[in-house]
Amino acid sequence: MSNKEKHWEKSKNHMIITLVIWFFFSTVIFMFGAEINSMTFLGYPLAYYMTAQGSLLAFVLLIFWFAGKQEDIDEECGFGEKEDN
Amino acid sequence: MFKGGFIQNLPKIYGLYTGGFIVFIILMAIMEQAGVSKEAIGIMFVAFTVAIYALIGWLSRTVQVDAYYVAGRQVPTVFNGMATAADWMSGASFVALAGGVYFGGYGYMAFLVGWTGGYVLVSTLLAPYLRKFGCYTVPDFIGTRYGGNGVRFCAVLVLVLASFTYVTAQINATGTIAARALQIPFELGVWVGLVSILLCSMLGGMRAVTWTQVAQYIVLIVAYLIPVFWISNRIGGGVFPHLMLGDEVARIGELEQSFGLVKNSAADIKAAGVPGGLKSIAVSHTGVPEGGMAVWKYISLAMCMMIGTASLPHILMRYFTTPSVKQARKSVAWSLFFIFLLYSSAPMLATLSKISLMDPNLPTGIIGKPISAVMAIDWVQAWSAQKQVFIADFNGDGILQLNEWFMRTGVVVLATPEVAGLPYVISGLVAAGGMAAAMSTADGLVLAIANALSHDVYFKMVDPKADVRKRLIVARVLLVVIGAAGAYIASMRITSILGAVAWAFDFAMSGLFFPLVLGVWWKRATREGAIAGMLSGLAAGTMYLVYVYPKFMGNTWLSDATGIDHLRFGMIGAPVCLVVMVVVSLMTKAPDAATQRMVEETRIPSGRTILGKQH
Repeated sequence: MSNKEKHWEKSKNHMIITLVIWFFFSTVIFMFGAEINSMTFLGYPLAYYMTAQGSLLAFVLLIFWFAGKQEDIDEECGFGEKEDN
Repeated sequence: MFKGGFIQNLPKIYGLYTGGFIVFIILMAIMEQAGVSKEAIGIMFVAFTVAIYALIGWLSRTVQVDAYYVAGRQVPTVFNGMATAADWMSGASFVALAGGVYFGGYGYMAFLVGWTGGYVLVSTLLAPYLRKFGCYTVPDFIGTRYGGNGVRFCAVLVLVLASFTYVTAQINATGTIAARALQIPFELGVWVGLVSILLCSMLGGMRAVTWTQVAQYIVLIVAYLIPVFWISNRIGGGVFPHLMLGDEVARIGELEQSFGLVKNSAADIKAAGVPGGLKSIAVSHTGVPEGGMAVWKYISLAMCMMIGTASLPHILMRYFTTPSVKQARKSVAWSLFFIFLLYSSAPMLATLSKISLMDPNLPTGIIGKPISAVMAIDWVQAWSAQKQVFIADFNGDGILQLNEWFMRTGVVVLATPEVAGLPYVISGLVAAGGMAAAMSTADGLVLAIANALSHDVYFKMVDPKADVRKRLIVARVLLVVIGAAGAYIASMRITSILGAVAWAFDFAMSGLFFPLVLGVWWKRATREGAIAGMLSGLAAGTMYLVYVYPKFMGNTWLSDATGIDHLRFGMIGAPVCLVVMVVVSLMTKAPDAATQRMVEETRIPSGRTILGKQH
């Protein structure tokens, strides 16, 4: 397998994992909104907390993680960008 | 004190700017104590901040094509994040979001998830690849990837439709705020707003818009967070409201129980003469509605907003301005972080506003008090006079019940500082923040439309030999024309702010999402497939909208049965676009070897961009 193919294979897998996590926090949780709302977190009902703050925070962390990991993949396959600015 | 170039000194420059803004706020507070009138303070807040943006716009003027279209591709990650956040958070986010949460509860908060989750799609599927491509506009990518002016024109069509729907709402919001702060009629306020918007973008294009948007972000986030923290501390909600309002949320639940959540009948509301657009609390603050349809409505709304986010050209084009592909990725993360600061505060503001009004133990509480006493309160009188709040004594007992108190959604943000007894200077600050939010989004949108028309239609289709000077003149003329068209339509007040905003997302997702994503991720996608997909997706979505929207054909039986109403018509458009695009692509000849190589090249972060520096 060429370097290019290896890079794209890894990038694709990384994208899929990221989107699975995204789908969990954006959709799966809210399929069970009524069920999980009786639990609490920081004193807030859980479904309320997730839609007001929790999922939003998860997305922020997810994108930082995604960007960092993708940079590692680029470096590993020799497609890292030279430091600019 | 400034060594090196402008870019190296950005943290210092914006640090000084933020410091200066805080000094200005303190100065205003002192002037308020010294007896300067509320009106004068309101005018100074709006006039001073707009003057600063105009100054930045003038300093960023340029005669270079790549500075005009993509800010010279040298905007650092964090600053691009701030600019994107300002670009993103519209007048509606600033003014109406907390009010939406206040009245709509859990169901409405699907917007919060949708308007943040979409950035995951932007960063994984699109932003880094479009940056590598090196395009100036979103149709520039579509036109080069699929080849040909036909497909380029279809992309321009979707872009204009989506962005124009959005921009009228923003100019409307600037007009409303300018009218209120400067004490002028709304119709005039719209044109004042437009002039302010054009001052920022006309001379410097993307470069000027970038640096004004950073300045606008700082104003809007300060204006949003100060009241939230201040009110929370004042009513004993906790030093850090985001983590500490659990008790208040629980208390609202108890108060809802004791006052009772009553949904007024339309006949009662009409008989009492409640002005249009005002609402009373009828939905539980934290309760989750039960049943499959409620779940579907929540998820489908969030999904539409997420996919729409990833298709809106004025957002995608912000990531064309970073110096490298990896910085484009990181910049998406910073954008969402800066957006998160405001979006996670909106439900907190709604909570604080609700508890301030509902809790009889707080001095600000009005529910359960005698109506005559409530009517005597200063802010109630001021906002009633403007038909922003209303009291209807349905049961005639002289006591204000929860269902007898009506407010417009924007009041939650605009009046809460006053309700909680904060000095007027905070209200002036909030007006400046709302103005910054609406202006920055309008700027990004007007620029996205004008750039697509000047670069993709004029330069690529009409006159490919035009020199730089002529191209930039055309770009600026189009900017003014589009702004004026937006202002004209805004002054006619057609839809409510939020309806129009959600539509922009649905239009964009119906026509652009799959052509963009498949352009990067599926080498087999062809020109014919993209054209057929864009047009059929857009047509299907639009037809559905016209069919179900109450003010058009109004066949609400369909939206009631499927749960897909006019806010969610992208759920029809996007799947049609996907299916048609895949089927037609497979039926037509695969793209040639050069195009396939171009797609492979797009996927590799290092190396030169596909399109040249100047094109």
